[in-house]
Amino acid sequence: MEWIFKPWPWYIGGPLIAFVMFLLLFLGKNFGMSSNLRTLCTICGAGKSTRFFDFDWKTQQWNLLVAFGAIIGGWIGVNWLSDSIAVQLHPDTINQLHQFNIKSAGEAYMPEELFSLQALSNPKVLITLSLGGFLVGFGARYAGGCTSGHAISGLSNLQLVSLYAVIGFFIGGLAMNHFLLPYFF
Amino acid sequence: MFKSEAASWFRIYEMFQFKSFHMYGIIGSALFFGVIIIQVIKRLKLKSAFGETIQIPNKEKSVSRYILGGTLFGLGWGLAGACPGPMFTLIGAGFIPILVVIFFALIGTWVYGLFVKKLPH
Repeated sequence: MEWIFKPWPWYIGGPLIAFVMFLLLFLGKNFGMSSNLRTLCTICGAGKSTRFFDFDWKTQQWNLLVAFGAIIGGWIGVNWLSDSIAVQLHPDTINQLHQFNIKSAGEAYMPEELFSLQALSNPKVLITLSLGGFLVGFGARYAGGCTSGHAISGLSNLQLVSLYAVIGFFIGGLAMNHFLLPYFF
Repeated sequence: MFKSEAASWFRIYEMFQFKSFHMYGIIGSALFFGVIIIQVIKRLKLKSAFGETIQIPNKEKSVSRYILGGTLFGLGWGLAGACPGPMFTLIGAGFIPILVVIFFALIGTWVYGLFVKKLPH
């Protein structure tokens, strides 16, 4: 049982994600997390401003429950199932991040320079987090799905358009990672 | 999500640097089983727990919306290091600043909803 407290290897995580998709299909639903963002907008009253949000959010309650499960999962993972949560990175990655002044690379789960409470008082960090969030929310709806809806569900169902979306994810991600990210630190 | 480190900003960074197989392993193995699961469901016309035949909706046909939207999503993913699933996981794990990311993801979703008719799809 020792292994359960260590980080889980990809061949555990990946099949578990596929299993979640199977469970949702078996329950007559489908796997797509970003739809919850739309549902949350509707709950906040966005249906009044535009028809895109004018639907009965109660039909999406099951998906909110999946998101709630993800919150619980994160809590259990950090509180009960981990002795150390530092992510073991490739030495090159650590070096590179140190150059950007991300000193927590290799010693933490999330960069403290972005995801600690102290970091929030830095306007640059706030801009990074807000812009990142905005693009994820806008892009996910524009592309009709995110990593779960396209890269997992869509590609599993051999949807050509999901391949376009995933190509887009990587065009954007690589451009950000290699060319733009250095300007944010 | 949390235990396989798919929710870690560092893992996403490393994935785009091509320095680790980890994230590709997760997505690849999920896809390997995902394709088998969906093929089995379709071939055998399996029924759901409620006795209905499982319907898997096809995505709407288009190229531009997927490439454009996908690229914008990717820019955000590369910056915030979290896609919509792990965002929720990170709340539970106690990383408070993720709430800023989620708040702006909601704003982004809402702005898309406002301009949905004006954007090329």
